[in-house]
Amino acid sequence: MKKFNIIVLAKQVPDTRKAGKDAMKADGTINRSILPAIFNPEDLHALEQALRVKDQFPGSTITLLTMGPPRAVEILKEGFYRGADDGILLTDRAFAGSDTLATSYALASAIREIKDVDIIFSGRQAIDGDTAQVGPQVAEKLGIPQVTYAEEIIKITDQTIQVKRRLEHGVETVECPFPLVITVNNTAPHCRPRNAKRLMKYKHASTMSNRQENNDDYLASAIAHTHLTIKEWGVNNITVDHEQLGLSGSPTKVKKVDNIIFQAVETKTFTDMDEDMDELMKELVESHIVG
Amino acid sequence: MSNFFTDNPDLQFHLSHPLMQKIVSLKENGFAHKDDFDFAPQDFEDAMDSYAQILEIVGEISGEIIAPNAESVDHDGPKLENGRVQYAKGTQENIDAITQAGLMGITLPREFGGLNFPITPYIMAADIVSRADASFVNIWGLQDCAETIHEFGSDEQKENFLPRVCKGETMAMSLTEPDAGSDLQAVALKASFDEQKGTWVLNGVKRFITNGDGDISLVLARSEDNTIDARGLSMFIHDKKKGGINIRRIENKLGIKGSPTCEIVYKDAPVELCGNRKFGLIKYVMSLMNGARLGIVAQSVGISEAAYREALTYAQKRYQFGKPIIQFPAIYEMLAIMKAKLAASRALLYETARFVDVYKAYGHLATERDLTKEEKEDQKKYQKLADVYTPLAKGLTSEMCNQIAYDSLQIHGGSGFMKDYPIERIYRDARITTIYEGTTQLQVVAAIKGVTTGAYLAQMKEYEQASIKPETESYRRILIDMVFEYEEVEARVTIHNNQDFLDFHARRLVEMAGNIIMSYLLLFDTQRDHDYWKTLEVYLRHARSRNHEIGNFLMHSHLNDLGKYRFE
Repeated sequence: MKKFNIIVLAKQVPDTRKAGKDAMKADGTINRSILPAIFNPEDLHALEQALRVKDQFPGSTITLLTMGPPRAVEILKEGFYRGADDGILLTDRAFAGSDTLATSYALASAIREIKDVDIIFSGRQAIDGDTAQVGPQVAEKLGIPQVTYAEEIIKITDQTIQVKRRLEHGVETVECPFPLVITVNNTAPHCRPRNAKRLMKYKHASTMSNRQENNDDYLASAIAHTHLTIKEWGVNNITVDHEQLGLSGSPTKVKKVDNIIFQAVETKTFTDMDEDMDELMKELVESHIVG
Repeated sequence: MSNFFTDNPDLQFHLSHPLMQKIVSLKENGFAHKDDFDFAPQDFEDAMDSYAQILEIVGEISGEIIAPNAESVDHDGPKLENGRVQYAKGTQENIDAITQAGLMGITLPREFGGLNFPITPYIMAADIVSRADASFVNIWGLQDCAETIHEFGSDEQKENFLPRVCKGETMAMSLTEPDAGSDLQAVALKASFDEQKGTWVLNGVKRFITNGDGDISLVLARSEDNTIDARGLSMFIHDKKKGGINIRRIENKLGIKGSPTCEIVYKDAPVELCGNRKFGLIKYVMSLMNGARLGIVAQSVGISEAAYREALTYAQKRYQFGKPIIQFPAIYEMLAIMKAKLAASRALLYETARFVDVYKAYGHLATERDLTKEEKEDQKKYQKLADVYTPLAKGLTSEMCNQIAYDSLQIHGGSGFMKDYPIERIYRDARITTIYEGTTQLQVVAAIKGVTTGAYLAQMKEYEQASIKPETESYRRILIDMVFEYEEVEARVTIHNNQDFLDFHARRLVEMAGNIIMSYLLLFDTQRDHDYWKTLEVYLRHARSRNHEIGNFLMHSHLNDLGKYRFE
């Protein structure tokens, strides 16, 4: 039985679902202290798809790959708790300020270093940028096919994979050879829960530089528990053209950020109590919206 | 995203009780496993952090999966197909999530695939799951039975069955029969040794068995011919893979409808003897039941939590006479008393869990090394406390759970009587807690020993000695008076030296003792977190007036009164 080498691209994002009036700072940047950093929700759906492939093909390996600042190590741990085998944190000052093009360039370069990859899963899009560009761009840069908006894996053989895609007006089932990139929709099943034993096993995992920063006895713990040291790659670990990284590799320039306040003409709050419902119905009938 | 652990500061408060230090160090035996298992804790803080993080997983699964499934599980229920139980779709989803999260075999040792958690965090998980769906905790909580195999089974049985439980196989505890309910001595299911097959086989019927079609069952059966009492009963382990059982019927119940209550027919069902012959009821079932009873206390508290929260939300949202009904004294008094009863129940639950924890941890430790004389005495002390606190807690918290559910439905008014709100299900689910694993009346029979032996009184006196903050001294004075009243009332009953008279008043004496104990526990909670003072005030007022009422009743009760109540 084939053993698949799977990569899941994941991103740590501010939980924009919790966005309120203080979500943006005066200078137009995201107020990260208000919004907790989480595992991008659709990337969790992607991880679940990877885990299902592994359930079906035991011995397959799942490596989480994330690019971000040192604290992005938290989502790698989250991935370990849920069943990922390995994780790589792509972190370097040189990556700072990357737009989707520079991000996908760095990720694709890292994937080339991992070698012999069969499937690359990622969420359709991240809830902070909502671009849905990184997955497809990675596929383009690696020169491999891509299946976007995936909802379900129908069938896998040694050579091909059949995937159901959820599109705007229906579904489509496609078949594709390996290697490929699959971006997963939030209509796919939710990720399985964190596992108790895996949590206790990996909760002390960290990168070497995080340990150094915390003044831990980092060498001792790394030698005692190798599984607790998370791989950390910088520009020197991958083969890249520095010009295409970070700000210099990012054609997207933010010219101006405007604060937009949604102004509804008139709003009213109705509770789910019967009286409120009655009143709402009355108004809707009167304004000829219903009836 | 709702999380039933992180949204409930009461749980985090009870988890951080000072006695946990002792419990964890006994349970982890000096953290001896830290180099053998990559998931074993390094030290006390590490262990506590793991408990909290794993309870967070339980809280997330409860809030995100089990609670949203509860309504459909209640509606669909399990189905009977060709003598086998099919769980409702939601129940199966719950089991899958719990298994993937590795939340089976929580208290079992690591070498069998368990997490080696103490009872307290396990019971807290049961508390959380019960709030989400009381019917599901029955299936999940039966992992308790594995403790009996662990304690009394052979090495071979432990190696065979325990890892399977940790991987997600479900269990059942098959005791009740049509003619053996509260009186388990009457069990008639026949166990005979089949010489040809070289195995014990069972023939007969069991009834009202929760999750009766589980993968692994503990079965109480009559192994000794020509016996009619407890001494003829032995405990057996049935492995569903070996066959020989059929489910004849799933009961149609008032509540906890998601949990399959089965009638089982045994036909030459091959089983293994667990422990020694003839010890089935007198030793193993008693141990099994104590664990199960604590589980029902957790279930009662979890249901109470759900009922209280439903009432609170409704009372805040429901407007009548131009304001939310929570602003009316009649409603906020009810809510305050519900909240106080919930807090008192929970305080008693975790006090009991900690007592069980200490003595059980000593028990496990004794399998690894000899206990010192002091340790043995300490173990005995905690075992005695666990033995008198368990029936007290089961009896009182399940009754309070029903009172809370009743009041919660009342606060919902007409809407509460409809099927539109969760409270109607919670109200039905609450009803079983005072009945199974021994009715309240049977809990009183066990708990009255705590009264007559002076065990509760001794514990009250010990509580009295605790050092407390000066500003809470006035509460202790009230409690000292209440203890004095309790002693007086108890003497009024026991002085007659008449068993019927004692049995008649037993529930009153037990309640009095419980009210005092729970008040003390809330007083201690207030020491650690000042926010509990309001709850303490409300509960203490309630407890004191209840005890006065009982005292007053006893004042006018005489031996010859019994005749006025008795039916000839």
